[in-house]
Amino acid sequence: MASWGRPENSRLIGKRVQRLSGADKATGKAKYTFDINRPGLLYGHILRSSVAHATITHIDLSAAEALPGVKAAIPLIEPGKRVRFEGQEIAAVAATTDDIARDALRLIQVDYDELDYVVDMEDAKEAGAPQIRDDWEGNQSEPRVDERGDLEAGFAEAAVEVEATYHAPVQTHVCLETHGNVAEWDGDNLTVWASTQAVFGTRQNLARHFELPENQVRVITEHMGGGFGSKFGPGVEGVTVAKLARITGAPVKLMLTRKDEHLVGGNRPSMTQTVRAGAAQDGRFVAYDMSGYGTGGIGSGAGFTGPYVYHVPNYRTEKSAVAINAGSARAMRAPGHPQGAFAMDSLMDELAEKLNIDPLEFRRINGDSDARRDRIRQAEYTLGAQEIGWHRRNRVPGSGTGVKKRGIGVGCGLWGGGGGPGTEARVTIHASGAVEATTGTQDIGTGIRTVIAMIVAEELGLRPQDITVKVGDTAPGLPSRGSGGSQTIGSVAPVIKTAAMAAKRKLFAHIAPMVEADPGNLRAVGGRIRTESDLRMSISWKEATGYLGMETISEGGEWDENLRVGDTAGVQFADVEVDTETGLVKVIKIVAVQDCGLVVNRLTTESQINGAVIMGLGYALLEERIMDDQTGKMINANLEDYKVPGTMEIPEIVSIAYDTDRKITGIGEPPTIPTAGAIANAVYNAIGVRIRELPITPDKVLNALG
Amino acid sequence: MPKKVHVQTTINGEAVEYLCEPRQSLLEVLRDVLHLTGAKEGCNNGNCGACSVILDGRLVNSCLVLGAELEGKSLETIEGLAEPEQLHPIQDAFLENAALQCGICTPGFIMAAKALLDQNPNPTEHEIRYWLAGNLCRCTGYDKIVRAVQDAAQTTS
Repeated sequence: MASWGRPENSRLIGKRVQRLSGADKATGKAKYTFDINRPGLLYGHILRSSVAHATITHIDLSAAEALPGVKAAIPLIEPGKRVRFEGQEIAAVAATTDDIARDALRLIQVDYDELDYVVDMEDAKEAGAPQIRDDWEGNQSEPRVDERGDLEAGFAEAAVEVEATYHAPVQTHVCLETHGNVAEWDGDNLTVWASTQAVFGTRQNLARHFELPENQVRVITEHMGGGFGSKFGPGVEGVTVAKLARITGAPVKLMLTRKDEHLVGGNRPSMTQTVRAGAAQDGRFVAYDMSGYGTGGIGSGAGFTGPYVYHVPNYRTEKSAVAINAGSARAMRAPGHPQGAFAMDSLMDELAEKLNIDPLEFRRINGDSDARRDRIRQAEYTLGAQEIGWHRRNRVPGSGTGVKKRGIGVGCGLWGGGGGPGTEARVTIHASGAVEATTGTQDIGTGIRTVIAMIVAEELGLRPQDITVKVGDTAPGLPSRGSGGSQTIGSVAPVIKTAAMAAKRKLFAHIAPMVEADPGNLRAVGGRIRTESDLRMSISWKEATGYLGMETISEGGEWDENLRVGDTAGVQFADVEVDTETGLVKVIKIVAVQDCGLVVNRLTTESQINGAVIMGLGYALLEERIMDDQTGKMINANLEDYKVPGTMEIPEIVSIAYDTDRKITGIGEPPTIPTAGAIANAVYNAIGVRIRELPITPDKVLNALG
Repeated sequence: MPKKVHVQTTINGEAVEYLCEPRQSLLEVLRDVLHLTGAKEGCNNGNCGACSVILDGRLVNSCLVLGAELEGKSLETIEGLAEPEQLHPIQDAFLENAALQCGICTPGFIMAAKALLDQNPNPTEHEIRYWLAGNLCRCTGYDKIVRAVQDAAQTTS
């Protein structure tokens, strides 16, 4: 049975290995979709609705078509249809330069018959609000109710109760590379360079749309500038660019603008939840009654977690979505979890305070609803508390003196991330000694290329840089799943591992007769092949592969569920300083203890945790899509007014990539979950006033302080 | 269509001539005319720093400069930083510190760091953070970027 072996026997697994594509990225050589230039390239842009809600009565493309340099102008919506949010696609153009394409958009005449709109979730729930979705009655979805245990009995047992309402805003993904594609036709064959998290998913979608067999569509993602859940299919813009390329007979590039990206590139739904909860005198969390909703814009989903992490035997939850005239939600880094975690961890602290129990102790008592995670989580509490100096927290919240008050808080998260079957991969050994590892996954910045090279190199006794890794292309016909749900490594690594094992076995079988050895006795170590028993037999890797002559070894692998693990636990601690005169919250330090299963590349694992923490910090303190009631528009659809964290906001981050077993798991998403809850609790510990609405901006702090 | 402007300039130490439209930004000229795609478009209005280049020794967002303004000036871009067989110490420091993930903001950060170290070879951590506040990154968490610049300062000074 395949296994990752003992840590002391691993040469590469668990070590710090530099990213293989690092030099290309640091020198500007790496080509992202945005960088693809093709001979005769045209530039595409999309005209978007300037209003939140309207019936389109007329579209006149003639002036745009007449502009010199414009090669195509096409409608994307039929007159008579409704646009339901600012930014919805109306028409598209392709022109010889980017500027001409933008000029052409300004020449398109669109007549709107404007309708009443609603961009506020509370207003949208009112009777008589403008109807947004045709498939719903009103603007609120049928609530989903979950119940367990006996809620009334739970409350009867409770010594203390908390009732509170928590809010989290809509957050946008802000991928630094916007969504977009370059499309080029050769007869009935379509090649698309896509900024996507799923080359195969994008291929299938395009093949279906253009009624082509899959093998006539090729999707390439050499490098991509962030996705965070928002880039799974070609989208309207991907289908549109392929249409424009077909009509013009030329390659076309169509990348969203930054404003487009905020409006249509996806977002994390908001959350408003009201909860009543109770705990028994001995510290047991016994009752949880929660009702909440969020908005995914015109989209149907706005789910969030709750109850979350902690064990509560009696609960009732009621969750729904509210439609508003705004761009649709998409999966965003741990969908549903950060909003649920923020509310849950705030609630846990509120309950603990009423019981007069240390919040960490209260969490320890109520454990994790899953036994494996609980074992890990309890250890993480200890590790993290020590690192942050939990004893330094204010026994009485807000009791610090001075203008700037410090506080410490804790938050938790959990995630699946174990991966699954469906990836095919090949490891190829050439007579020259060259080794290739090929699979249809894509490197969305997480470093899967390097991980693949490490796994193959470990198996073959080579260095990671000796392995040529080919990913991000559908052409080799080796499918893999989309990079979502932190599933990439758990899906890909087992297949790569078993393919490398198979290739090695085949190489050993081939050369064993030549070196008069038993193939079972051969080992690949340090760039050499040698026998276990007779140390005199030792030949270089190249000598060994030279025996292949005209042959090439190319072996596939199989997904092995024993090589990966899911259901990980994470705990974070925040140390903050709140300026009680300006209301500014400064995060001093975050300690992130993350269950990482088996760490493959410690260097890039830490980076993943750091980055996730910072996205969580933005969620806690800065980020919010602001919709304007007076116009129905997003008023901060740029990077000046939509605040993402920068270097000045960054605390000291101690990321503890906690090796919990010898199986692989994905950690792209889990470390972004606990951050906001930990920060909110730390702010409370600093000032003694609870802020139940994210982001915790200075105005809210000052209002809370009175 | 407006007449194109003829520009004679120096890019990465080499004399370069090009034609551009009067309204074309330097970023567009670099990427679409000269096919130097190391400077990235992240926002096209000066908020993200992904298009950072050094113009006559000054750090600028190339999306906020016109291509025509390059006449007679000297430009440094990410493409000119490394020697053929040797990365620049800042690039090495970024790799060693794992100061990049998806990498699309990386050329901008490296050029910004170079502009800083050119004028202040021994910056404090606060000075580094303040200087880099105009560059956005959505992946790394910045911590390793700041450390990389600190390391590079040690190497180059």
